[in-house]
Amino acid sequence: MAGTESEPTGARDASLPARAKIAVTAGRVAAAVSRKAGRGSGSVIGGKVALRLDPDLLGTLADHLDVILVSATNGKTTTTRLIAEALRAAGPVVSNALGANMPAGITSALAGGSDARFGVIEVDEKYLATVARDTRPKAIALLNLSRDQLDRAAETRMMAEKWREGLQDTEAVVIANADDPLVTWAASSCKKVVWVAAGQAWKEDAWSCPACGGVMQRPGEDWFCQDCGFRRPNPHWALQGTHVIDPQRGAWPIQLQLPGRANLANATSSAAVAAVFGVSPQVALERMRSVTAVAGRYDVVQYQGRDIRLLLAKNPAGWLETFSLIDGPPAPVILSVNALDADGTDTSWLWDVDYERLAGHPVFVMGQRKLDLAVRLEVAGLQFHVVDTLEQAVRMAPPGRIEAIANYTAFQQLRKVVAG
Amino acid sequence: MSESSLRVVWVYPDLLSTYGDRGNALVVERRARQRHLNVTRIDVRSDQAIPTSGDIYLIGGGEDRPQRLAAERLRADTGLIRASENGAIIFGVCAGFQIMGHEFVNDLGEREPGLGLLDVWTTRGDGARCVGDVLADVDPRLGLPQLTGFENHQGVTHLGQGVAPLATVTAGRGNGTGDGTEGAWRDTVFGTYLHGPVLARNPAVADMLIKLALDVNALPPADTTWYDALRAERIAATTRPA
Repeated sequence: MAGTESEPTGARDASLPARAKIAVTAGRVAAAVSRKAGRGSGSVIGGKVALRLDPDLLGTLADHLDVILVSATNGKTTTTRLIAEALRAAGPVVSNALGANMPAGITSALAGGSDARFGVIEVDEKYLATVARDTRPKAIALLNLSRDQLDRAAETRMMAEKWREGLQDTEAVVIANADDPLVTWAASSCKKVVWVAAGQAWKEDAWSCPACGGVMQRPGEDWFCQDCGFRRPNPHWALQGTHVIDPQRGAWPIQLQLPGRANLANATSSAAVAAVFGVSPQVALERMRSVTAVAGRYDVVQYQGRDIRLLLAKNPAGWLETFSLIDGPPAPVILSVNALDADGTDTSWLWDVDYERLAGHPVFVMGQRKLDLAVRLEVAGLQFHVVDTLEQAVRMAPPGRIEAIANYTAFQQLRKVVAG
Repeated sequence: MSESSLRVVWVYPDLLSTYGDRGNALVVERRARQRHLNVTRIDVRSDQAIPTSGDIYLIGGGEDRPQRLAAERLRADTGLIRASENGAIIFGVCAGFQIMGHEFVNDLGEREPGLGLLDVWTTRGDGARCVGDVLADVDPRLGLPQLTGFENHQGVTHLGQGVAPLATVTAGRGNGTGDGTEGAWRDTVFGTYLHGPVLARNPAVADMLIKLALDVNALPPADTTWYDALRAERIAATTRPA
């Protein structure tokens, strides 16, 4: 759904070409009908209808905006939100704030932002090259790439290759994570790159050099291929502890309401993006403080008289970052895993996650694939309880705030349950 | 091997560990420790030499280019071939299975030589990719219960005279040859297309590898409650009419 809640016929609509105007209107009608029918926000159906009437609509809408694209395996929704908040210091922003990140959802979001100066757009990894071609962005933020839903997605390295080919002629300033060899490979053929040392805890997808296949050497923070010389670029920006280091070596404290190292990294990349548009790190970071839960992620909710923090983790890299931010033992932990189409139907990835890190926590296991998790935890040597419902888990959990970690559709289900 | 100790070699996790392949190593380790065996797991990166003194060698799945690199390095290293000649137990999954054969089609579309540990060769299927849950009945000579797993491959693996099919599918595609065969084996060398990981879905196979390594016919019992529950659930889900 679009970041703009209301749908006024904006001043800018008047300046759209006739075909685009009709397409935008038709899209709004379809979205409104879909909403009335109780089928969600209607942004995707609205965007589909509009794109069918005017296939160039995305480009036409983007013409009026300074477009910033954000893509990654993990953190793109949150980072899109952080960048949007930061850039509001410089002008009105339209954004697909709630994660409808394919062309139809993006079109719908842009059609809703009539008076905006900036379009801050989260893009699904697979569509980045296409959307970059259509929207002619001023900046593109590339955060990380790792294994995710391999039963239906392209290979991780092939994704980096697709980015590299699709972005090599872009005029955009590319803000790229120098600590991710795959992202570095994707960005290193671009004309203008701002390198950010944003860190990356997960390393298992980049032991093989993306350029030549050589074995990657990774001493400390550094990485390089000893066969072809492909190596970590010198970063312009860096995350150091809880500070953003800018290109002039200025250190700016990050004070987010969002937890975890990964969000400090997202804030660092966001500050680098904001600087491209003249927003200082100080102003950008100050504005990012206002961001709390993003699409329910990190939300602390009340359920059955208990506090539960809802955490989304969709793939091994995401689980790794999530384990690093949860409260220590004896905080109770609920794990919920599904394998519906939107999650990927192969659960093998559970074995790439170090559940051993949950030792000492009371652990409750639920979701459609709770038995896969049970075997995984048994082999990890953990104590755990298998339950059928959130209510049952909460009833059995010892005192303290409960950390609930779930993958995509399991997370949506938890949100629904706690909302009553 | 020395009394009650087991050396488990995980071959090239940097190249062949695309999707949970570590699970196979973890399950073998766990099942062995539950029998109070002393287990050493050796993860061998592709710039390191393959030790020839291992008892069980595990080779996982991988993407197309890493698969070619792994085959190149394993051919040059020869450690795995020598270990096999010494009677080591070798268990390969998906890309690992293909590498164990005579040849497969690499990421450049060329025929890439494998290690020839199994009398199989792999071509690229021109139909839809084989993706989904699999059930298969194991070669009765191995005395194992039904296999359950998840396949995700484009390769079609043809079996020669020197191997037998590991199993026959009752759901899913297996080797992709259309004759229902899944995987291949001879002596102590096994290949399969099944992920899941396959040993987490089929602890009896992990136990078989341990028994072969120890050269015993039986192991002390070890709890399989959660494995059994998972197997029952996957078998029911896979046989349920769509």
